[in-house]
Amino acid sequence: MDNVQNTMSKEEALLAKFEEKTAAGEAIEPRDWMPEAYRKHLIRQMSQHAHSEVIGMQPEGNWVTRAPSLRAKQILLAKIQDEGGHGLYLYSAAETLGITRDEMIAQLHSGKAKYSNIFNYPTLNWADIGAIGWLVDGAAIVNQVSLQRTSYAPYSRAMVRICKEESFHQRQGYEIMAIMMRGTAEQREMAQDAMNRWWWPSLMMFGPHDTDSPHSADAFKWKIKRHTNDELRQKFIDKTVQQAEVIELTIPDPDLKWNESKQCYDYGKINWEEFYRVINGHGPCNKQRMDHHIRVHKEGAWVREAAEAYKSKQKNKSINLN
Amino acid sequence: MTKQEALFKYTLRLGDNALILSQRLSEWCSNAPFIEEDLALTNFALDMIGRAQAFLRYAGEIEGKGKMEDMLAYRRSERQYYNNQIAEQPNGDFASTMVRQLFVSAFEMYFFAELQNSKDATIAAISAKTLKEVKYHLAHAEDWVIRLGDGTDESHNRVQKAVNDLWMFTGEQFEMDEVDNLLIAEGIAVDLDSLRPLWNNYVENILKTATAEIPKDEFMQTGSRKGIHTEHLGHLLSEMQYLQRAYPDATW
Repeated sequence: MDNVQNTMSKEEALLAKFEEKTAAGEAIEPRDWMPEAYRKHLIRQMSQHAHSEVIGMQPEGNWVTRAPSLRAKQILLAKIQDEGGHGLYLYSAAETLGITRDEMIAQLHSGKAKYSNIFNYPTLNWADIGAIGWLVDGAAIVNQVSLQRTSYAPYSRAMVRICKEESFHQRQGYEIMAIMMRGTAEQREMAQDAMNRWWWPSLMMFGPHDTDSPHSADAFKWKIKRHTNDELRQKFIDKTVQQAEVIELTIPDPDLKWNESKQCYDYGKINWEEFYRVINGHGPCNKQRMDHHIRVHKEGAWVREAAEAYKSKQKNKSINLN
Repeated sequence: MTKQEALFKYTLRLGDNALILSQRLSEWCSNAPFIEEDLALTNFALDMIGRAQAFLRYAGEIEGKGKMEDMLAYRRSERQYYNNQIAEQPNGDFASTMVRQLFVSAFEMYFFAELQNSKDATIAAISAKTLKEVKYHLAHAEDWVIRLGDGTDESHNRVQKAVNDLWMFTGEQFEMDEVDNLLIAEGIAVDLDSLRPLWNNYVENILKTATAEIPKDEFMQTGSRKGIHTEHLGHLLSEMQYLQRAYPDATW
């Protein structure tokens, strides 16, 4: 009984110290004590982030072989490579919390771990590649800039590095849109079509309104999260509307207008029914993305096994030599 | 054939080999056995796009008809392409892609080591840069061919099948025609006959370490020097050139 009480009070003391640290804005390193709920929250968030980078390679990869110029292909391939690199980097950062990449991939395949909903939408014309860079990466940056100061140090360091590359992607995406808007009537039509399809899903990337956000309370207390979904969404809208105007793209929201007193844009109602429908598996590409990832992972199994087999053969050879 | 015509065809061949193989490698994007390999393969694709750009740009200058590299990449048809047929072969499985890369990169290592001494300053400069990249491609490919060849039964069989399937496309890399002969005399091109024993020796060694065997059948495919290709190239080009062909007035 005494032992149980001792453990309890020891745990409480550790928790108090942890919360004191996070409240003071100090960073948490992998070796530091942390509450189980904090660890779990981070594993969920960081693995979801890593999976998003990797699954996001699919809709963009869809246009690699059809990129319309050598330069465009180079930029797109380099961008997708960056995303893959971010995925790797985030998997490693998440591994510091005591989970392996294999386990995270298994959770993705079983449906326990999620990835960003945005990648359940298809890339249907070349301007979609512009829209993803400009809008999707643009939205991601707003979120990730905020995460640069997240309390878990490996995650925060990953975000600092990732943000630098994402801002390139955003500019390159915007460039694609700008070039197409200066181009032929067909190109302008493609650009506007992409805008119409990607605008609302991009706004949904910030998650439900603050009043409906399920994971927020502890995340704020422990400084994993520092800005609310609605704050970040507003920031994204305010910076993007002007960029759209410059290249004469229309934002598909009749209710969008500048609010002089609030000094920001008012925007129309987001279709949350669609958001939850897609999250729950009924988006245009949910099945395709997961099937693809599972198939490729399965098809690569013999390569990974062969590499292991070769390694152990070499090990045995060197043992026999000694 | 004038020197200018020969030089145009030669640089097209150099550009096309890089362009077509880069297109194949880029198909691995989001399809590799694990992310590290996804990044490696697309990285090689990026190296090759850069090389294709440089050679095709130069080809356009030599031709003197105001064609930029994109025009040459996206507006030529199958019969106007001069890449070796091995570059256009479908990726197949990972073993097949690695064996193809071994065959190509081993050739390119010896080839660009010579071509960097070309009397044509532009070709020499591009070749010197390319050689550095090719050494990485080769190291990566031979490492995998050895690991897979001497890995599991399954991986060994896959490597052996890839070697058997691709072997008949290796001879073309050493073929020479009027273009080569004219430019060798000028000190611009490489005498490919001199590379063949080096390549044979190198590849035989790697395959031996990988416990794979060289096929007995000595039949070799031919045709690319005359713009004759396998059926695969047409499909590759129709995908790659789709936007440029469908919207000829657009700039991207």
